[in-house]
Amino acid sequence: MANERKPHILITGAAGALAQQVINRLRNDYFLVAADFREQVYLGDDIPSYCIDFNKRVFEDLFRRYDFDGVIHLGRIMSSQENRMRRYNANVLGTQKMLDLSHKYGIKRVVILSTYHVYGANAYNPALIDEEAPLKGAGLSMDLIDSVELENLANIYLWRYPDLNITLLRPCNIVGPGVRNSISTLLASRRAPVLAGFSPIMQFIHIDDMADAIVLAYKKNQRGVFNVAPEDWVAYQHALLLCGCSRIPIPSIPPMLPRAIARLLNLKSFPPYLMHFFKYPVVIDGRAFQDTFEFKPKRPLKEVFRYYRENKQPV
Amino acid sequence: MTLRSYLKDKLVPQAQQDQVNRIRKSIGSLGYDPWGYNADSIKIGFSAARYIYQKYFRVEADGVEKVPAEGPVLLVANHSGQLPLDGLLIGFALASREDKPRMPRAMIERFFPTVPYVGNILNQVGAVLGDPVNCAKMLANDEAVIVFPEGIRGSGKLYRDRYQLKRFGNGFMHLAMEHGATIVPVGVVGCEETIPAIANIRPLAQALGLPYVPVALPFVLPAKVHLKFGDPMIFDNANIPEDKVTLRVDLVKAEISKLIDQGLSERKRLF
Repeated sequence: MANERKPHILITGAAGALAQQVINRLRNDYFLVAADFREQVYLGDDIPSYCIDFNKRVFEDLFRRYDFDGVIHLGRIMSSQENRMRRYNANVLGTQKMLDLSHKYGIKRVVILSTYHVYGANAYNPALIDEEAPLKGAGLSMDLIDSVELENLANIYLWRYPDLNITLLRPCNIVGPGVRNSISTLLASRRAPVLAGFSPIMQFIHIDDMADAIVLAYKKNQRGVFNVAPEDWVAYQHALLLCGCSRIPIPSIPPMLPRAIARLLNLKSFPPYLMHFFKYPVVIDGRAFQDTFEFKPKRPLKEVFRYYRENKQPV
Repeated sequence: MTLRSYLKDKLVPQAQQDQVNRIRKSIGSLGYDPWGYNADSIKIGFSAARYIYQKYFRVEADGVEKVPAEGPVLLVANHSGQLPLDGLLIGFALASREDKPRMPRAMIERFFPTVPYVGNILNQVGAVLGDPVNCAKMLANDEAVIVFPEGIRGSGKLYRDRYQLKRFGNGFMHLAMEHGATIVPVGVVGCEETIPAIANIRPLAQALGLPYVPVALPFVLPAKVHLKFGDPMIFDNANIPEDKVTLRVDLVKAEISKLIDQGLSERKRLF
């Protein structure tokens, strides 16, 4: 039928490259509303777009006006952005507001994007960390506390309000065209810092594959917490070489020395509180997501690194 | 070309590369596995281990063919000699065997990953942080894993306590039962004489964050090493109380003790 109502979805973090990929995949089958706390982005005449703070009362007007069926929450401030208090307000309190409104307005599907940083980088980490592992991220650095708190909050809502059908995704490093996180900035640079004597195993997922994963997660109604990572691994320093970066070794012992150097140089992509992630591996097990959602990443690591090698300083 | 692949091509003879290539491992597109194993590094490591195994310690391995060719296996051995040389030698014996070689993974102490360069190199040649989750995931992956249930108690023992088995932990038995892994007991004779220690400087070890600091010669003696592989042991996954698990562990321990005694009685000279 021509007049059949398309399901309505709120997508947060719309100014980001990942959200725009997700929007492109869903725009034909769904009526989308985009929101971002940073800026208003133009996504075509058919998609209303708002610059809005989730903690303000006007955020509720979106729920009143559009009668959403689902929410895809990608609007998380990354650990390298803003200050700690602002991140806490936006990521934790903003998400709580969004979940409260979702419950109040009878939303049936919520997908939340988290990060593998919640596991924390630790010398004693086993490899292939699965979803039941404790979230040590907060214990290592207060700068990651908002990420862990967001997870805890989402978990409480997941069990308290099963009708919301919350799916929480913990992806490994998202990389590729348009991505502006710490690791993408490092791979795109001509010279990247490394900790002398440490080259932890890392996982990378192409932004296109991650967008596919989010769309799959939304469409298949399976609530729970899932790691998202391909079954492919590479050492950090090897990844830099494949991206055509020269490595700048930073002394790694005593542990306070690399932190002091990073603080002194004020490197945005190599912040002191992510230092452990460049020292110890945090290898996650993405098999539960792959099996449940029949997900298979399509872009191999070589393709990802070729992009960075051929496009130094990309957008 | 990375330095690693250059070294591999220059230093590792083709025959040894072929031997490693015969061993199938599930690795990613760039040659790594989740624990940091690297296909090029392992070839360099294999070449270095061959010299240590054949020329330096002149190892004699009996019964290596008893290790199953596939499926999850736990190689359980006595630990000795201050450095994890026994793990290296057991690993090489299995990786270099003619018929259906396997590349076993050794579980290493928790302080290694914190040491620059050393932790990374060990991971690249197949060693893995000694964590039960790692061991469980590897057994689920059908790997052969070398474990020393004595742990630090075994490797750090003094020369006067040589060949006396210390207390065995029960962790390996739980993992073997849960994952249907075959246990192959291994008796190592000779490693106790490689670095004989007369004392342990405990305060210095605590200050440095090391498990022990032995008073020993500053080099490794070229003792002759005998590896005795025992018959495979299989235990069911019955829901049994911990004291029954301990009895099963004692069975394995007794088998290792028997293998050590055999090795000692057959040994003709120390070096």
